[in-house]
Amino acid sequence: MNTQTMTDDTVQTTEMRQKLRSIAGVLLMSLGPVLMAFILSGVILLILKVNPFSYYGYVFGRGLLSPTGVQATLTRMGPLLLIAASLIVAFRAGIWNLGGDAQFLVGAVFCAAATPLMAPHVPVWLGLLAGAAISAIFGGLWALLPAFLRAYQGLNEIITTLMMNFLGISLASVLVKLVFLDPSTTVPQTRTLAVEDRLPTLFGTTISSGLIIGLVAILAVHFVMTRTAFGLRLRVVGGNASAAVHAGLAVPLLTVMVFAISGGLAGLSGGVAILGQYGNVRADWNPAYSLSIVPLVFLARFNGFAAIGFVGLFSILSIGAESAARRTGVPNYFTLVTIGILLVMLAVSEYYSAKRQKAGA
Amino acid sequence: MTLFTDTFLIALIAGIAAAGVPLLLAGLGEQLSEKAGVLNVGIEGMMLGGAYLGFYIAWATESTGLGFLGGILGGLLVSSLMVLFCVRMGLNQIVIGIALTLGAEGATALLHHVQFSRLYPRLSDVATWRIPGLADIPIIGPALFDREPVVYLAVALVPILVYVYRRTHLGLAVQAAGDKPAALDSAGQNVLAIRSFAVLACGGMVGLGGAFMSIVGAGVFVPFMTHGNGFIGIVLAMLARGRPLWVLFGAVLFGACLSAATALQVAGVAIPTDVVQMLPFVAVMLVLLIAGRNAKLPAALGAAYVRGER
Repeated sequence: MNTQTMTDDTVQTTEMRQKLRSIAGVLLMSLGPVLMAFILSGVILLILKVNPFSYYGYVFGRGLLSPTGVQATLTRMGPLLLIAASLIVAFRAGIWNLGGDAQFLVGAVFCAAATPLMAPHVPVWLGLLAGAAISAIFGGLWALLPAFLRAYQGLNEIITTLMMNFLGISLASVLVKLVFLDPSTTVPQTRTLAVEDRLPTLFGTTISSGLIIGLVAILAVHFVMTRTAFGLRLRVVGGNASAAVHAGLAVPLLTVMVFAISGGLAGLSGGVAILGQYGNVRADWNPAYSLSIVPLVFLARFNGFAAIGFVGLFSILSIGAESAARRTGVPNYFTLVTIGILLVMLAVSEYYSAKRQKAGA
Repeated sequence: MTLFTDTFLIALIAGIAAAGVPLLLAGLGEQLSEKAGVLNVGIEGMMLGGAYLGFYIAWATESTGLGFLGGILGGLLVSSLMVLFCVRMGLNQIVIGIALTLGAEGATALLHHVQFSRLYPRLSDVATWRIPGLADIPIIGPALFDREPVVYLAVALVPILVYVYRRTHLGLAVQAAGDKPAALDSAGQNVLAIRSFAVLACGGMVGLGGAFMSIVGAGVFVPFMTHGNGFIGIVLAMLARGRPLWVLFGAVLFGACLSAATALQVAGVAIPTDVVQMLPFVAVMLVLLIAGRNAKLPAALGAAYVRGER
């Protein structure tokens, strides 16, 4: 009896130790490339005759440590998390939806066109709900043509979603300039949603509750894809479409559903950006979040929790760099270089960890 | 109908060539890379690399010929990173492709900022090669046969590539590298070398296309000037299903729509540019709706080749 518990204890401690070691490994594997990326971009800063320490001091001082900066970072995370959720659904189902930017914009434009008109006549919560629904519906609709072409014609969705991306970005700017124009200003933009009609902020800060929507969405997507029968079906379709047909799954229908959910989430992301943050869409506004989130979602291996971490890091960098750029005179373009290097470093670290695992096994 | 004057038509057709050449080079390059099994999402970055370096060298040396060589070099530089990370190390091609595009966007804009601050120096006009006889045809002659040498080179690449793919050992090896790399390996060929060659050749072509945009098309370098042309190149390559001639048709179609926008505005017809910019994409979506069937892509596209792995 006594020996039994003792062995149990030792088993537990070795397990604990292994777990700790694997956690340390994960930390090293995720922080190492971030550090490497900062060192490499620091070298570029030195070449530009800027002190890298003061530059990164400003980046993290603003993006992570100052109260207003953190609030801006967390607010930006909301729409980005929704985009990550949209991509995870599609990528796990083997569908390369690269049209997220247009789905985001189309959702945002229709939301920004409709909500300010409804807002004075309905309670705030109803207006917000309707606005969010409109953005999700139009985002989803924008994904439907590639969906049908893929599901029933077998047409490669990388082509069609990229095409719909170009179309949607132009369409959004046509709609803003010609159709949904705010008649009361000369600036080409939609009507502006009054601040009191926007998404509430959290706990007396300026953080938009869009963050909560984003977190709920990405956790829900993660749960559905990994823990439910529906998610399993989608992953089977993604893993091997012909096997899915033989297993009796309605592959075309599932494909259309994936596109609709993915487009809907991307559209909702646009809606949340409008309802929580911007209040209107200006002509030629295109933050192009989707393209930057695609590689992050890959590196997170379509895992919702990992994606939250990557999106957080991305938000800190993009918010912090805007202020660091102003203060040190480094153009904002530098952020793109940092993010490019960071992505490469993350991919390289994954390569080495996979290699090490293989060597261990 | 005063719209279709000779000057308008010449401007329209010349515009098709100007807008179509970068697309043609990007599409042909991407096609070569995809045939060898590398989905090259980084060509937007390669194009910008070529546009910047091409412009810079043309500006510094005052020689457009050296400028075009610089464009090829710029594309090669970016694509050598793609070779290192995606072919040699076998990292995810979409992640690295997007990383290279973002990085090149930032790097070229940064370099331009460091070198020129807020100035945008303009290059002088590029010398053209007049093809005797053909250049005397009314309208088409001045628009198509009195052009920069790169235009002829880009069009000449189409039959050259057709010949390479159909008749040469190299073309066969490239296509095997994309369809069944293991078989190519068994036959004693080096898969990674052939893929590296394809990606580098793609980078060179795309870089030349970028240099054409900055040196001939615009005469200046503006940050982010390639404006999605690389992505259109990816679309062209996928639509063309492995046929270089179809890339040419696609480039002409897109070039026509892009140049119609400018030509109509020159002719004083007020159509919002955004609407005209949608035309090529609407056209292609319609084509796909009517004629779209299973696009055939190389079997091993996007998959890294690791020897001995199943």
